[in-house]
Amino acid sequence: MNILVAVSRVPDTTTKILVGSDGKFIDTNNVKFILNPYDEYALEEAIRLKEKNGGKVIAITVGPATAQDILRNALAVGADEAVHIKSEQNFDSFFVASQIAEYASKMKPDIIFMGKQSIDFDSLQVPSILSDILDLPLATIVTKLNYEGNMVKAEREIEGGKEVLSLQMPCIISAQKGLNEPRYPKLPDIMKAKKKPIEEIDAPNYENNIEIIGMELPSRSRLNKIVGDTDEDIKEIVRMLHEDAKIF
Amino acid sequence: MFELTFTEEQQMLREMVRDFTTNELKPLAAQIDEKEAIPDHIIKKIAELGIFGAAFPVEYGGSGFGEIGYCIIQEEISKGCMSTATMIGAHASIGSNSIYLGGSEELKQRFMPALAAGEKIAAFGLTEQGAGSDAFNLKTHAEQDGDYWVINGEKQWITNGPIADVVAVYARTKKGITAFVVEKGMEGFSAGAPEKKMGIRGSKTSTLKFENVRVPKENMIGKEGYGFPIAMKVLNAGRLGLGAACLGSMKELLALSTEYAKNRYQFDEPIANFQAVQFMLSEIAVMIYNLESIVYRTATLYDLGKMTQAQAGMVKFYASESIDRTVDLSMQIFAGMGYSREMPIERFYRDARINRIFEGTNEIQKIVIAKDILRHKGSIFF
Ligand SMILES: Cc1cc2nc3c(=O)[nH]c(=O)nc-3n(C[C@H](O)[C@H](O)[C@H](O)COP(=O)(O)OP(=O)(O)OC[C@H]3O[C@@H](n4cnc5c(N)ncnc54)[C@H](O)[C@@H]3O)c2cc1C
Repeated sequence: MNILVAVSRVPDTTTKILVGSDGKFIDTNNVKFILNPYDEYALEEAIRLKEKNGGKVIAITVGPATAQDILRNALAVGADEAVHIKSEQNFDSFFVASQIAEYASKMKPDIIFMGKQSIDFDSLQVPSILSDILDLPLATIVTKLNYEGNMVKAEREIEGGKEVLSLQMPCIISAQKGLNEPRYPKLPDIMKAKKKPIEEIDAPNYENNIEIIGMELPSRSRLNKIVGDTDEDIKEIVRMLHEDAKIF
Repeated sequence: MFELTFTEEQQMLREMVRDFTTNELKPLAAQIDEKEAIPDHIIKKIAELGIFGAAFPVEYGGSGFGEIGYCIIQEEISKGCMSTATMIGAHASIGSNSIYLGGSEELKQRFMPALAAGEKIAAFGLTEQGAGSDAFNLKTHAEQDGDYWVINGEKQWITNGPIADVVAVYARTKKGITAFVVEKGMEGFSAGAPEKKMGIRGSKTSTLKFENVRVPKENMIGKEGYGFPIAMKVLNAGRLGLGAACLGSMKELLALSTEYAKNRYQFDEPIANFQAVQFMLSEIAVMIYNLESIVYRTATLYDLGKMTQAQAGMVKFYASESIDRTVDLSMQIFAGMGYSREMPIERFYRDARINRIFEGTNEIQKIVIAKDILRHKGSIFF
């Protein structure tokens, strides 16, 4: 089974974000980058599927030269090969999806996994655009998967409930938290990752469909939030204090 | 050039152990202290992740991260739980290293893969009732009887004693001090009850008794009479790892203290605004910077086969003195809350103190360092 996993490099959730001097992008100095947390679920699912059915997992990312460390991460966790579509320019979701689509149309994976969104721009667009370009069925925000032959049963979150979809492979799955418990890379595998191949492809120059006109930090007054008093709300407050306000 | 960067693999190792510590170990640290035991599932997980075998070469079942990798692990684990760092140290450093650094190829092939995988846990048995600082004065003795050596005597203060499958035992023979591998289940070998300790309470320390324990001659580590140099070599590595462990705890204490100082208000402002408190944070930071520098410089020398006993001693001495100062300053910043068992500060306070005592007291380190200075007429630096 050929499995493609799309991963992206994003600022760590606990990093304090500042806007760069051009006012159009974040200041990447002193920012710690990590593998997008939702992609970890996608990667874990891909590796589990390979461990069960055999085959090969290829991790792909579109990004600058510095993004290569997350591919090493993916290789250390268990991907067999990696593909780095290199581009130093700022790009939009369409560009990412079209680059992945180009590679996928040659590789012909049986299934493509990716996180439901990247936590940097939160556009949630790549899975849908990819599905459109490749004309493949897509299940988004998936929390549970079952495989029967070449059919995939995907349970996904919808407002106030669950929806179960049945898809035929090849298909695309975008992963939500809860899909699985991602593993830690084992030490021998970290060492072996060095020897696994990373194919580098230069991305073409590209005219963005979407132009970022400006970027600014939220003003103080807009930080006010009102939440309820259920256990879930309390968890949300803790998360906001930790990730948004970065108080602890 | 003086290299100051970690490789991609070393960074991945650090991230992995940090995540493991944050997610799995830190939440259990208070319980580990309280119940005086590290849960089995934690030890199993550490084994599965390959942490025990990190430093050793692949041909012995390790993953070839060397001493730098081992120091990274000790540092990250100690941010969460010094008991666990001590357990790892006694097993992967001083215990297994006795065989790895001192043993024949055949002995290493026999024991190292299981030790590196954590399928077997090791301990290091040198100290005795009459042989603490004066380790050379040990009385446990071994006599040859055909293809066997018969060991009699008693060790004390042996970390992992109650859980060890394999113990490197240092005993007196005709030709001097000789090291042997004693295995769990050998007749006449037993461990005492765990000592009731002030700190690192999750690590188990006990006496070991040897009553006519018959050890096959293949279990001798190195040659007869060469045990003491092996023990010293092993302890040198151990002392460096101890430095890394102190470093990790100190970083955690600085993080906790900074956060607390920014959020604790007195006189209508955060106590972090008071210079007296800022100075305490600065003093901790200076010690961390110093220690971080010597730990990784010395680990680099170790991996190049160039570390001296004095260098290991200096790391051990500086690390243990500065962690003691750090826990004291952190306690002062937290004040009442630091003294409460609701906060981890008092646990770090208790856990820190052992570092001035074990792996050779700091007084012994000073003796070792002075010997080196005098021998080299004072120029042991660049
Ligand atoms: C929790 C714990 C775990 C341990 N784990 C292990 C282990 O796994 N394996 C093992 O073999 N041992 C282990 N030890 C033993 C440890 O290494 C010894 O406790 C240590 O070496 C000191 O010996 P001692 O306690 O007998 O102190 P002593 O040697 O009795 O020293 C008492 C005091 O006298 C000072 N002193 C002694 N001689 C001199 C001198 N010549 N000059 C100046 N001052 C001197 C010492 O510095 C100290 O302050 C452990 C100990 C503890 C407490």
